[in-house]
Amino acid sequence: MKAAEFRYERPESLAEALALLEDTDLDATPLAGGQSLVPMMNFRLAMPGMLVDLSELDDLKGISEDGGGVRIGAMTRYVDLAGSDLIARRAPLIAMALPYIAHAAIRNRGTIGGSVALADPAAEMPALLLALDATITVQSSAGSKTHGAADFFLGMYETALEDGELVTAITIPAPAPHRRFAFYELARRHGDYAMAGVAVSATGAVGAGCTDFRVAYFSVADRPVRATAAEAALDGKAPMDGAEAAVAALGEIPFAGDLNAGIATKLHLSGVVLKRALERL
Amino acid sequence: MTGPLTIFDRPNSHIGKSVPRPDANRLLQGRGKFVDDIQLPRMLHAAFVRSPVAHGRIENMDVSQARAFPGVMAVYTGADLVAHVEPYVGVLDHLAGLRSPPQMPMAVDVVRWTGEPLVMVVATSRAIAEDAAALIEVEIDELPPVTDMERALDVDAPVIHEQYGSNLAWERTVEAGDPDAAFARADVTVVERQFRFGRHTGVTLESRAAVVEYDPSENMLTFWYSGQAPHMMQFILAKHLGLPEENVRVVSQDVGGSFGIKIHTYGDEIATAAAARILGRPVKFVADRLESFLTDIHARDHVVDGRIAVTADGKIAALAFEDITGIGPYSMYPRTSAIEANQVLNLTGAAYTLENYRARARVVFQNKNLMSQYRAVGHPIAMVVADGLLEDAAHEIGMDVVEIRRRNLIRDDAYPSTTATGLKLDDLSHHKTLDRLVAVMDYDARRAEHAHLRDAGIYRGIGLVSMVEITNPSPMFYGIGGAPIASQDGTTIRLEAGGAIHVSSSVTEQGQGTNTILAQIAAGVFGVAMDRVKVTTGDTRSTPYGGGTWASRGAGIGGEATLQAAFALKQQVLVVAATILQSSPDGLDIVDGQIVDIGSDGGGGGGGKSASVRMSLSDLARTVYYRGNELPSDLTPELIATRHYRVTDVPFVFTNAAMAAEVEVDPDTGFVKILNFWAVEDCGRVINPDLVDGQIRGGVVQGIGGAFYEECLYSEDGQLENATMADYLVPMAFEMPDIIVEHVETPTRTSVLGAKGAGEAGTGGSPAALMNAVNDALRPLGASIHQMPMTPERILKALGTV
Ligand SMILES: Cc1cc2nc3c(=O)[nH]c(=O)nc-3n(C[C@H](O)[C@H](O)[C@H](O)COP(=O)(O)OP(=O)(O)OC[C@H]3O[C@@H](n4cnc5c(N)ncnc54)[C@H](O)[C@@H]3O)c2cc1C
Repeated sequence: MKAAEFRYERPESLAEALALLEDTDLDATPLAGGQSLVPMMNFRLAMPGMLVDLSELDDLKGISEDGGGVRIGAMTRYVDLAGSDLIARRAPLIAMALPYIAHAAIRNRGTIGGSVALADPAAEMPALLLALDATITVQSSAGSKTHGAADFFLGMYETALEDGELVTAITIPAPAPHRRFAFYELARRHGDYAMAGVAVSATGAVGAGCTDFRVAYFSVADRPVRATAAEAALDGKAPMDGAEAAVAALGEIPFAGDLNAGIATKLHLSGVVLKRALERL
Repeated sequence: MTGPLTIFDRPNSHIGKSVPRPDANRLLQGRGKFVDDIQLPRMLHAAFVRSPVAHGRIENMDVSQARAFPGVMAVYTGADLVAHVEPYVGVLDHLAGLRSPPQMPMAVDVVRWTGEPLVMVVATSRAIAEDAAALIEVEIDELPPVTDMERALDVDAPVIHEQYGSNLAWERTVEAGDPDAAFARADVTVVERQFRFGRHTGVTLESRAAVVEYDPSENMLTFWYSGQAPHMMQFILAKHLGLPEENVRVVSQDVGGSFGIKIHTYGDEIATAAAARILGRPVKFVADRLESFLTDIHARDHVVDGRIAVTADGKIAALAFEDITGIGPYSMYPRTSAIEANQVLNLTGAAYTLENYRARARVVFQNKNLMSQYRAVGHPIAMVVADGLLEDAAHEIGMDVVEIRRRNLIRDDAYPSTTATGLKLDDLSHHKTLDRLVAVMDYDARRAEHAHLRDAGIYRGIGLVSMVEITNPSPMFYGIGGAPIASQDGTTIRLEAGGAIHVSSSVTEQGQGTNTILAQIAAGVFGVAMDRVKVTTGDTRSTPYGGGTWASRGAGIGGEATLQAAFALKQQVLVVAATILQSSPDGLDIVDGQIVDIGSDGGGGGGGKSASVRMSLSDLARTVYYRGNELPSDLTPELIATRHYRVTDVPFVFTNAAMAAEVEVDPDTGFVKILNFWAVEDCGRVINPDLVDGQIRGGVVQGIGGAFYEECLYSEDGQLENATMADYLVPMAFEMPDIIVEHVETPTRTSVLGAKGAGEAGTGGSPAALMNAVNDALRPLGASIHQMPMTPERILKALGTV
């Protein structure tokens, strides 16, 4: 199939981009790495009348220190995250997960902002942001807003983004001392979206009890979800000590099946990935 | 000494050497010429509206907006093509009782599968054609679909073709000996299993494509074809478009994979040809990936209930099964959709001494895409059933799976022999390949290691298969049934004025290296270096007449024709040379492009010392072509020879292989890691080891696809749910284990060359070895799986986990 006809714009300033995006008649749509949008256009599942290419917007690029945390511009590519020292130090969870996000060729172009805006329930990044307690900054011609990750992902391909708004940055707060992270996913083939995956963070010294667990799943429901009952079951314990109880508490997740796994399989695999993540925490 | 006995030993023979592919540079530099690379003046582009439902009556189609769309040159419905295309019927006489109604390139009144072409839009670009296609409104009154093949024969199932009264397309039962008595014996152990095989498809890198040009001044149609049987296509286009056969030219240039997918008659391609003819302008159609998944033939789709009886000493007393297979709403034209089931009946247990055998296959219509011949037609089913039952039976009676094979495989010195269904087997080496396999994989040590690892909670397994593969088919395969499919192939070799040779053959190249091995054979047998050979294949205008490359016949049949043509040309050259040199043909040879005295270089090869060189081939050719005045007038030289070859006496040339897989199953996740795969294969004479190994490895990977990943998933109402490369999983580099390939060479005595086929063994054999390995790993957990693909979810279900 060939994409339907569209207008193509490559603005050089954020203001210009935001102005273009106000054109709802043409369904003006941002283009980031194009790794999801272009295939959808080529299948004519997406037929925007205007593409607003964000690649010239320097405001949306780069990884920088932000009061002990990190600010990641929306147009930062996976490949740049993988090469960043700052990410390795301040958001090691992202560094752990990157090799599992698609393939090198896709990571060369795919962006963090694209993943967040798309909100594919199977994508890793939204769940990582939940586990990291990240915030997402969005901007329109009218001004900017900041959402907590938990309030941003509303459903399958559904976010708090409104017409005319762009994701501009993702901010990850400074990790508490002794904050620890783990990531585990099960994908049918290397680089595929997972059948089930989990990102875990918690605070505590190695071998000691941990607190403040954040257990965030992807590819098990219609959006990234935190398993709060499992978190409660883990609280105060060394990770593996609470594992069984946490797994037993996963029933709270509103599982959704897909072609590779029905609900029962999702539930079962969620337990497996949690245990394996906790072993690694 | 130019006889057949020396060509393999000649120092300058290329046969048996891993000669690099001469076309590799061209392809790697992006200089390949595929159908989509063709740009013709005034060329138009086709797009299709396809049925959104599996079964329904077309009530209305409004194409007016599409017709008026700027850039659109024509819009055709199925009804519009009735006057231009003669319907086709996918039946063959030797498949007695097979029925299938006439088919048109696009649905005329009833749609019968999701994706069936409904309307064709021809425009100045593909994008415009798609824009216009989106404006076409189709009203379909839905009919109840038949999707589940196991329910297709129920009395209350909707009947897809009313005139038949049921959805049965074909049925065949074969029987040998007295299976009932054997199963009833008191001294046998009976094992019963149900095997399920999902639908999958070929997923060629280059999708199906056609560019068709019609020249009314000569009433001449040219069809650029991505496929593997140009002469068959020539006949089909001529017959169904009403043209004299000689007025149709079919050209296959580079083909990006075919695997049997592109050897059938597809409505969109026929419609493209019809449109080109009506419009008098070239029309291009290139299937996109969605169209490929919806309409490229699917394969497999079987449910088999099988039983085996073995004695306490491991002898197979009887084997029996019932197979049901769903083929979509029509039998594919012209090869039919019944060959796969027929092969399952013919091949199951063919490696073993089998006296008591009964098998029934029922082939049913359903509202899904058509099913037909894909690489290793029927083989994976036959091998999984026979070797799956055999390994399970071995465990039942406490016998090692290698040992039970040794007790049942037909002895290597027992040939010629026949299968239970009466097929003649010759020159096979089951025991030799199995012995080699056991040694290569270090079988005993691995078994011991697995037992040890199991105590540590690591579940590894080994599974084997002893397989046969049908190759080099004779006229008994298709021709006998009335199909326009040649079983013979021909090669013409011409000496060029510059001393090079030009090989033109009716077998085809679709990526596997056919052109390379033809060049190797021609160069070696005739006596020139590889770079002095040019090869043309795939053009009905310039090659001899033949069947093309399928059923692993390119090397065995096309290779033998080439060998014979090279001999013949060599004789022609030596006769001329003897006259010019006042010598005798027997005293001369051709070595590295030079005519030499025999013996002067130590025995007819070796590059020819200068003292022995009498004249160069180019001198000879130029004398003949330019200065015929120097030749005696009673010498009428021919420097071009054509030879054709077909297999006679036997229906097929069987090959065999022993393969093994080693896997590790993660019982928590149902994930399987393939640790190793070994294939010891006997394809007779190996012409190019690298190319043969490539065929085996690629085949094994396609087998891995069918065994673990690939499945066309239909919803109950007949929608294909995973028609993208993101959702339909083909194994990629990470999913491929190291595949170790070894060869045993038992040349077939049906030809001088001695080459059997090698193209399908990996695909045919690997699923059985893989399933057996998974079951070996699962056995200590009390679980087993006999359904493919063996997905993590299915393995978890087998384990009772979910
Ligand atoms: C073969 C393959 C495998 C893949 N596997 C994985 C995987 O395992 N895990 C995974 O997470 N992803 C996977 N992906 C998806 C890939 O990571 C996504 O393409 C990426 O996450 C989206 O980023 P992008 O920059 O390509 O966005 P685009 O495709 O350019 O855009 C995606 C959507 O977001 C919108 N958008 C983009 N940027 C912004 C912005 N700044 N503000 C507002 N809206 C915006 C676009 O309009 C569009 O609707 C895979 C993709 C492919 C092709």
